[in-house]
Amino acid sequence: MIKSTGIASVLALAAFFVAPQALAAGGQVHLEPANLEQDNAASLRRGARNFMNYCSGCHSAKYVRFNTIGKALDLSEEQLIDNLMFNAEKTFETIQAAMPAEDAAVWYGKAPPDLSLMARAKGADYVYNFLKGFYLAEGSPTGVDNVVLPGTSMPHVLWELQGYQSAIFETHESEDGSVTKTFAGFEELSAGSMDAEDYDDFVRDTVNFLAYIAEPIRSDRRKLGVWVLMFLIFFYILAAQLKKAIWKDVK
Amino acid sequence: MARIEAEVGKPQGGLMKWIDDRFPMTSTLKYHVTEYYAAKSFNWWFVFGVLAMVVLVIQLLTGIFLTMNYKPAAAEAFASVEYIMRDVEWGWLIRYMHSTGASFFFIVVYLHMFRAMLYGSYKKPRELIWLIGMMIFFVLMAEGFAGYLLPWGQMSYWGAQVIISLFGAIPVVGDGLVEIIRGDYSISDITLNRFFALHVIVLPLALIGLIFVHIVALHEVGSNNPDGIDIKKHKDENGKPLDGVAFHPYHTSKDLVGIIVFLMIFSAVVFFAPDMGGMFLEHANFEPANMTATPEHIAPVWYYTPYYAILRAVPDKLWGFILFAMAVVLPVFLPWLDRCRVRSIRYRGWMYKTALTVFVITFVTLGWLGLQAATPTYVLLARIFSVLYFAFFLLMPFYTAMDKTKPEPDRVVYHD
Repeated sequence: MIKSTGIASVLALAAFFVAPQALAAGGQVHLEPANLEQDNAASLRRGARNFMNYCSGCHSAKYVRFNTIGKALDLSEEQLIDNLMFNAEKTFETIQAAMPAEDAAVWYGKAPPDLSLMARAKGADYVYNFLKGFYLAEGSPTGVDNVVLPGTSMPHVLWELQGYQSAIFETHESEDGSVTKTFAGFEELSAGSMDAEDYDDFVRDTVNFLAYIAEPIRSDRRKLGVWVLMFLIFFYILAAQLKKAIWKDVK
Repeated sequence: MARIEAEVGKPQGGLMKWIDDRFPMTSTLKYHVTEYYAAKSFNWWFVFGVLAMVVLVIQLLTGIFLTMNYKPAAAEAFASVEYIMRDVEWGWLIRYMHSTGASFFFIVVYLHMFRAMLYGSYKKPRELIWLIGMMIFFVLMAEGFAGYLLPWGQMSYWGAQVIISLFGAIPVVGDGLVEIIRGDYSISDITLNRFFALHVIVLPLALIGLIFVHIVALHEVGSNNPDGIDIKKHKDENGKPLDGVAFHPYHTSKDLVGIIVFLMIFSAVVFFAPDMGGMFLEHANFEPANMTATPEHIAPVWYYTPYYAILRAVPDKLWGFILFAMAVVLPVFLPWLDRCRVRSIRYRGWMYKTALTVFVITFVTLGWLGLQAATPTYVLLARIFSVLYFAFFLLMPFYTAMDKTKPEPDRVVYHD
């Protein structure tokens, strides 16, 4: 009985920690997994390029320094300056948006949020699906809406690459007369310069970069963690021997 | 002086004697360490007290280094945490150890309290140890709550908003009390400043003082053991308990093994899952506090959620607060609610065993429910489990008195 009390508590604790993984997700839409390759430097380099070309016009990443990126992406100082630093002089500077936030707030109704921590706050899958989720919507000031974040004030910045699509919604009327709309899929309206697969890869690289800048130390901490655990295993063996030696006379 | 020399039994000299003439060094070490006898039959449930001390040290040390770089101001707090995470050398490790340490403090303390319930450690003559321990638990809850505001993220802000506003439910003084806690009409820079003062000075001081008294009280009456029997009944010719071994080197060497296992689990979280899937660091807390945008789902950190679920299960605000407070305070009365003659679960009957098993399931389920959105089904479940939670305590005088017990052994059960 005492054992079963112990086992019950362990099982219950385990269930407790498995539960709320989905909390970061946003609306009602099912999120497709982003499947990031977080230690793939080439993917991160492409993501950095995409970010600087398409995102940094409006969005800052104000906690992220260029020289930090350089180390993880294996880029020299010259490469950083030539390829990524469009509006920065020194490599220790952080990523600032080209557009002043005050103007952006007037033009879009809301200042574009800083992206330093977006992938951590919302989850990589959320951002991945958001960037794939724009569809033509009449009546929206930007001409588009998003299935992941309905009513977003962000325009479809990547339309040249993805093209335009429309969203198909199924409406259900329940018995009490309330109508619910559920998203059922996209339909391509006009093709962009990329096919669907290339666009997915483009977004995946970009999100990979966003996930990286949300926690630049991630890869290092995992490597260090292996050494720490190996040390502790070694230390455990010593301590267990010590305990055995000290306790050998206790009957 | 003469007393000390007589105790040691051999002439002392040098530094130790010089100190002993002026401070009870040797005798204190003997009393609390080298000649503090505790049962040789401790199982791993008895390691959590030491582990709580280990976590306390981790929190104090990492906390000192965090204060060197953290800025307790609404305009700068969030950015200073990111500065620690990105620009301060090893700042990320210090911060992850501190945030993970907070959760582990509660895991360890909850298991430490559960050990007391398994083996009746709160029963006579250890009631005062239990009372001091409960005070430590309350201070720890306040400490965790004050600390959670400091990163100034969305969940820091809105979590504090929800919990502080609870005090507004108290009649007459409620609104004034809420203003005193906040120091303002809403949670602001002023609130952050005073929570910082509480988190780094007031509450840690209280915690250390209470822990000191907790241990002094423990060493006065002696540690319990898995059989819940008194080891001082059988002593050898020197007056040492036959079933006891000295804290040092016996229990220290055994605890060291437990500490390393603990550090393995702790490190696994720090290095491989510091957010613990949003449990230890909530996702919404990576957005800076924004008083104009409420997050879609506000949940306190996991260690408060059992009580939070009870709060939400009650439709009335004042009664919600009362039951919430009762749920936190009720364990204080365990030494007097428990009428059983034996301490250890090994010699108790099926009633207490069943009750305790149901209680564990109840506590964890309430914790889980407190993390979920309050849908009608979940609220109903929270009500059922809230009743079970209170029933465990309020019916305890009856089922523990009626329960059939087994005879306790004369000496501890020890397998080599």
